[in-house]
Amino acid sequence: MPLFTPDGKEESRLRMEGVRKRFGATVALDGVDLRVDSGEVLALVGENGAGKSTLMKILSGAHSPDEGKMFLDGEAYRPRDPLEARRRGVAMIYQELSLAKDLSVTENILLGMEPVWGPFLRWPEMKRRAADAMAQLGRPDIDPNVSLGKLSLAERQLVEIGRAICVGCRVLVLDEPTSSLTQTDIRHLFQQVKRLKERGLAIIYISHFLEEAREISDRFTVLRDGRSVGGGPTATTATSQIISMMVGRSVDDLYPRSARKAGEMVLEVKHLAGESRPVDASVTLHRGEVVGIAGLIGAGRTELLRAIFGLEPIKSGQVRVAAYVGPASPARRWAEKMGLLSEDRNNEGLALDLSIADNLTLTRLSWLVNPASQATDSRRWIEKLGVRCRSPRQAVRDLSGGNQQKIALARLLHHDVDVFLLDEPTRGIDVGSKAQIYRLIDELACRGKAILMVSSYLPELLGVCDRIAVMCKGRLVRSVAADQTNEHQIMLQATGAMETA
Amino acid sequence: MTTSPTQSPSPVSQKNARWGSSAEDFSAFLGTMGPIAGLFFVVASFAVLEPRTFLTLDNFQIILLNTAVVGTAALGATVIIISGGIDLSVGSNIALCTVVIALCRLHGLSPTAAALLGIAAGACVGLVIGTLVTWFNISSFIVTLGLWGAVRGLAKRLAGGSEISTPRSWISHLLQMLPPGQRWMLLPPGVWLLLVLSLLVAGVLRYTRFGRRVFAIGSNEQTARLCGVPVARTKLMIFIFATVFAGIAGVLQFSYLNNLGDPTTASGYELNVIAAVVIGGASLSGGKGNVFGTLVGALLMTVVGNGCSKVPRLTNADQDIVTGAIIVAAAAFDQFRQSRARAK
Repeated sequence: MPLFTPDGKEESRLRMEGVRKRFGATVALDGVDLRVDSGEVLALVGENGAGKSTLMKILSGAHSPDEGKMFLDGEAYRPRDPLEARRRGVAMIYQELSLAKDLSVTENILLGMEPVWGPFLRWPEMKRRAADAMAQLGRPDIDPNVSLGKLSLAERQLVEIGRAICVGCRVLVLDEPTSSLTQTDIRHLFQQVKRLKERGLAIIYISHFLEEAREISDRFTVLRDGRSVGGGPTATTATSQIISMMVGRSVDDLYPRSARKAGEMVLEVKHLAGESRPVDASVTLHRGEVVGIAGLIGAGRTELLRAIFGLEPIKSGQVRVAAYVGPASPARRWAEKMGLLSEDRNNEGLALDLSIADNLTLTRLSWLVNPASQATDSRRWIEKLGVRCRSPRQAVRDLSGGNQQKIALARLLHHDVDVFLLDEPTRGIDVGSKAQIYRLIDELACRGKAILMVSSYLPELLGVCDRIAVMCKGRLVRSVAADQTNEHQIMLQATGAMETA
Repeated sequence: MTTSPTQSPSPVSQKNARWGSSAEDFSAFLGTMGPIAGLFFVVASFAVLEPRTFLTLDNFQIILLNTAVVGTAALGATVIIISGGIDLSVGSNIALCTVVIALCRLHGLSPTAAALLGIAAGACVGLVIGTLVTWFNISSFIVTLGLWGAVRGLAKRLAGGSEISTPRSWISHLLQMLPPGQRWMLLPPGVWLLLVLSLLVAGVLRYTRFGRRVFAIGSNEQTARLCGVPVARTKLMIFIFATVFAGIAGVLQFSYLNNLGDPTTASGYELNVIAAVVIGGASLSGGKGNVFGTLVGALLMTVVGNGCSKVPRLTNADQDIVTGAIIVAAAAFDQFRQSRARAK
């Protein structure tokens, strides 16, 4: 029997009204209204820092709201902790999965709600329920006894979703679920999401990839500066319209590209092979040029950049940076005026507990260090890149993802490198910061710097790069001018469907 | 640097920067205030409980004397712990140094040469630790757990199983109560030495590339590697640098023991040293720590020991309990402060 709200409309599965939350002096949420119906996928979009994660933490009971009401199937909903939220049927699938790597699939799925007989686990029932959950997700082939560490990232994600449906969840929240998945896995995930939707779940889908959000969702809600600023049916709204709602202005020129001229060659990679990846990669890079490397996850793009930079061993092949040939080490590469932006900001790119100044100047310290000039140098980049922070001595951990990425990039700028190796330079950052980084790349190329850039986001590569090379199974042979190719063709090459053409 | 800022700072960002740096200062201030407040509390408690025996100039001199050895060793340990490592062999190392100094003296070397060789012996232990940690990629916890026993054994073997007493020399005066004629020095020379060395280590940590790299490695070794820091070489240097301070602590201990080379001395000091560093605000997971905090931590430990011995009702056992409670309280306070800073 459908429930009704006081004004006569059919009751939504989940409704949030006027939710507000402040942390000290910071207003994180300033009036958010949101609803999602049973059998519906709602895309929640917004820049980093717009309040998506705070909102989801409130929904999952990790924070409690200062003001506002929440209703789950018409009943007041105000979870005291994540456990209560889970019991009421609200499940979260975070970007970083919260699973125990050394336990089996079964144990993970039933963790915290194991069927017991006295102090003993009822193993047969546990296995049956786990196998049942995986079968519902279209993967009955995953052995419930296998330990989670042996599964791929995509499979682990399904296990986590399996855990949610096993408790009989009513609202499923997916936070950036595709950020580290391959195309095939994304397809499979979307199929499962559609099936769950047909079974009457309400699904909230959070993503930076607007195309994906468009494809999977029925409606969307945009958050900006802690407020819900708009929304509507996805099918009838143009992407550009959604973006302008997100940034509060229209982004006409997301990918600026000035007239650039390629100069002398500064990097030449010949038949490079690493331990397992890359297998055989050749690429050249000139001053004033942006070259993109496309490919699937696992194709060896990151390994290629790391091998060039001396972070991974080279088995055979040759790398020439300007006039230097010879063994590579990061120290040597920095001295040769080459810098690498890591794809993994948290674990490699930045020392999160150190200050902005320390992170920024680490490659370029003289024997004696003057903290005052460290701070002055940092202030210059903070201003130039518009980093939002309190001071250069603030720990990098406190910054938002986009601002962290700007600091990681500023390290290369401060070192004044000539060759930029950028690995996923816009991963996990908001549209505004993305646009800024694209402008910066263009500006650098115009000043005669050379940029080699890996990205999984094809529109970005096509928009920013002069040439694009496609890597497939560790091989990279040739590149084509960006205006002579398209997404379709790149995907064909990346999946190996088209060997040479 | 060829680029110049494209725009002059806006008034807002300038204001934010000023407000912000005071916020950073305040957080750092709280970080150092914790241990100091603890120290004041403990001193005040004992001053109230036993004003006549605790609150004397002589007793304060004794407290400082007792702090010098652990304090000096803790300077080195601060550097190691900031880099994310640990040294459990420091007590054994101090004992080894006293034995080496004593043996050198017995073989007719000058006190200065003997002291330098003692310090060199300490540094050799650091070289061994650093080599094992970097070449074989074993955690410093395991390496120094092994050396904790091995170095102690080596000291015993060198000493032939007994203490070695040696004639008096200038070393004797380092860490003894000042004779009446030298009151103008205010503090025993060994305590002055600790203060000078503290300034030196604080300066190295803050104003040298080596020091900043220590923080970088401790905070995120991968980042350090990415940024071209020679991680292995730097780690080796860290252990040698730190064990030089263990060596100097050995010289002070030799003086404190009245020119005795004692292979069983300083046993358990490694825990006092680590506790001092942790009370001072360092994190065992690396990336954080400061010399001033370490000194306060070392002092706090000695004051507790000294004060408990002055209160008749308190026994050795109570002293252990109080010390343990302080260590846990310090760590809990630090955690609380951090979680508050993060929630902002």
